[in-house]
Amino acid sequence: MNSALEGIRIADFSQFWAGPYAVTLLTYMGAEAIKIESTKRHDGTRDISMTTGRRYAGLESSLPFAEICANRLNVALDITKPKGAELAKRIVQVSDIVVQNFTPGTMDRLGLGYEDLKEIKPDIIYLSSSAVGTTGPERNYRGFAPLFCNQSGASHITGYADGEPVTMGGKIDILSAMTSAFAILAALNHRQKTGEGQHIDVSSTESISALIGDVFMDYTMNARSQTRKGNRDNIMAPHNCYRCKGEDKWISIAISNDDEWRAFVDAIGNPEWAKDGRLSDAYSRKANEEELDRLISGWTINHTHYEAMEILQKAGVAAMPSFSSVELLSDPHFKARERAVELEHPVIGKITMLTPPWKLSETPARVSSPASLLGQHNSYVFGELLGMSQEEIKALAEEQVIY
Amino acid sequence: MAGKALEGVRVLEYASFVSGPYCSKLLADLGAEVIKIEKPEAGDEARKRGPFPGDIPHPEKSGLFLYLNTNKLGITLNPEISTGKKIFLELVKWADILIEDKPPGGMEELGFAYESLKEINPRLITTSITPFGEFGPYRDYKGYHLNVVHASGSGYLLPTSTNLEREPLKAGGHFDDCSCGLSAAIATLGALYWRGATGSGQHIDCSKQDMIMDLDKVMLTIYPNMGAVSSRVPISSVMGMSNLPCTDGYIMFAYMMKSHLMGLFDAMGNPEYLEKFRDDDYRDEHIQEFQQYVAEWAKDGTREELYNEAQKRGVPTGIVRSTEEVLNWEQPKAREFFVEVNHPEAGRLECPTAAYRLSETPVAIEHPAPLLGEHNEEVYCERLGYTRQDLVKMKAAGVI
Repeated sequence: MNSALEGIRIADFSQFWAGPYAVTLLTYMGAEAIKIESTKRHDGTRDISMTTGRRYAGLESSLPFAEICANRLNVALDITKPKGAELAKRIVQVSDIVVQNFTPGTMDRLGLGYEDLKEIKPDIIYLSSSAVGTTGPERNYRGFAPLFCNQSGASHITGYADGEPVTMGGKIDILSAMTSAFAILAALNHRQKTGEGQHIDVSSTESISALIGDVFMDYTMNARSQTRKGNRDNIMAPHNCYRCKGEDKWISIAISNDDEWRAFVDAIGNPEWAKDGRLSDAYSRKANEEELDRLISGWTINHTHYEAMEILQKAGVAAMPSFSSVELLSDPHFKARERAVELEHPVIGKITMLTPPWKLSETPARVSSPASLLGQHNSYVFGELLGMSQEEIKALAEEQVIY
Repeated sequence: MAGKALEGVRVLEYASFVSGPYCSKLLADLGAEVIKIEKPEAGDEARKRGPFPGDIPHPEKSGLFLYLNTNKLGITLNPEISTGKKIFLELVKWADILIEDKPPGGMEELGFAYESLKEINPRLITTSITPFGEFGPYRDYKGYHLNVVHASGSGYLLPTSTNLEREPLKAGGHFDDCSCGLSAAIATLGALYWRGATGSGQHIDCSKQDMIMDLDKVMLTIYPNMGAVSSRVPISSVMGMSNLPCTDGYIMFAYMMKSHLMGLFDAMGNPEYLEKFRDDDYRDEHIQEFQQYVAEWAKDGTREELYNEAQKRGVPTGIVRSTEEVLNWEQPKAREFFVEVNHPEAGRLECPTAAYRLSETPVAIEHPAPLLGEHNEEVYCERLGYTRQDLVKMKAAGVI
């Protein structure tokens, strides 16, 4: 089968999620990636996960690591030793892309900064991902996903209208990773035409701010800082989640015009309250939204979320359950789109993973293996790819360079 | 060198509102030539949505539209009538990439099935963005942003509260709709690279539900993999991290790693009572108690003070910033993340640009979002060879 990025190789020095998942997205489309870690300085996700709130025993039992760092080779190499850095350079020489997300300046100190690597591989595409970018007064400041969310402006506008700001976690890193993958692909297309490589500096915080551009436009237009409004919309009403029959079951309903409203009212059996003039047009529904939400809940509570979905969708009304992960994974649509796959990890065993999020007709995106073990591909990468002898590899292992 | 990464790439956008337009904006800001098709008279859905200056609706002044459509050429066209169809197909011949968001089957109805577009332009990449994708039982279901977010499991995973009496939420603004545009743009550029290597185009089925699910991929698989179910659980209950109130707002410290923790202890003045928390197991077991101490310390400080003191000691820290505070923050300012864009109707506006600085092919906002039909003459006359009289007739006939 064809792969969109066949023949592209990535030297992946990154850790946690924001760097590694950018690489994974490219491997979905066929790029080959080599993750470079060492026993001394391994990827932090092997130890601990903010998302699952767990510490993991040993280096090979972290589930988030197995999922985020899927689809790639792994070498154990101590790049803080000069010989290790030299070998890293040799990997870069046979690569197209470098991805790293150490605190800005770290790779430069190891002799593995963009300027160093450009000398040995002039057309390299080198991505540096960091909390707030590699320039500016706070370039040395650090962050993790929830902090990017806070600093981007997104936490401030997320949450209940009467509640505190809500900070998102893992998905923020994934979005930062997507931003990096997109920028790399733009640079790769440029290189395809011109032969020119380049450095890419991604700020994880800015990658989140870019997703709420309209909110910044409100400030520049009206000097207004928007705040939280739950599920609500500025114009559409109803536009919320409503409790359904069962324990903690909800359905989202959104209605954008009077036709949809009439279809909705018909579908729920034309209750008396729907004849109230206060609900007859979009403007008045928005004005009486509290009351409207209460009345709609009176209908949804008597149906399961699936029933409500079917009744309303049949009438052309946008209504979908707020799925829990358990429900989603057994949902018929999820299954029909083959969104999950079970893969074997040498230590953890069977792992259920989501498949790539797009269906490309000619170059299907694929996930074929969970993360590799630390150093699993030492002999392939150093031996076959770099042409080193077994003795040489062994000697460097004893010196704790390949380590 | 001031080249553009996607110079020479031609994109036809037949999409409206947020996801599709954001996808092609990402390409336009990197130098792709994007022709955006809007409905004659009504225009893009986003034109009807705020923010508007002074909250006075005006189709040329929607902040949402202006943000999502920078650097594009805008034309009006009705591809539902025959002359419009013919022009649409001419544009398909011109394009490298078509980004569209019609409901599944909608393009086929108009005679624009991928298979037939491919016949007239074998190198064409079509990126189709729909709520639930082009196959599967929900294919024809209606889903606005709110619905696809909740259908993706995202509401259940948004860490709002442990109080399950309250409804699950979506993120603020058009957050996940923009995420979908970004995700679709990744697949599109992957396909573009392959086309550059092989000369072949392809079709990409981008389901918003699928793309939003990918953001929570680890959380979504926790149940089959770990037997645990998580619902709206705030980060604080798992790692002891939460937004701590201080004198002028909220701040969060992260202390996942030993070095962070040592930095935080130091910022707090290494008091005696913290000693026992140096042990990971002890701290994990008494995380709430530890957090109480941090909260107590933070509450009398200002955010800026706490932020700098902690960051200087290597503690990852983040202030909960409002829109205004992000705009006035020195860091993005120094990086020129916000730039001034001058729009003929809406005036001078500060717009966010992009999170990436490409050393050789920088992003630039060179043109504000187009007025409705602003580039009709340029596109129809200069590129497709129609005369001005043709334009007058086409306008009268409702084609453009």
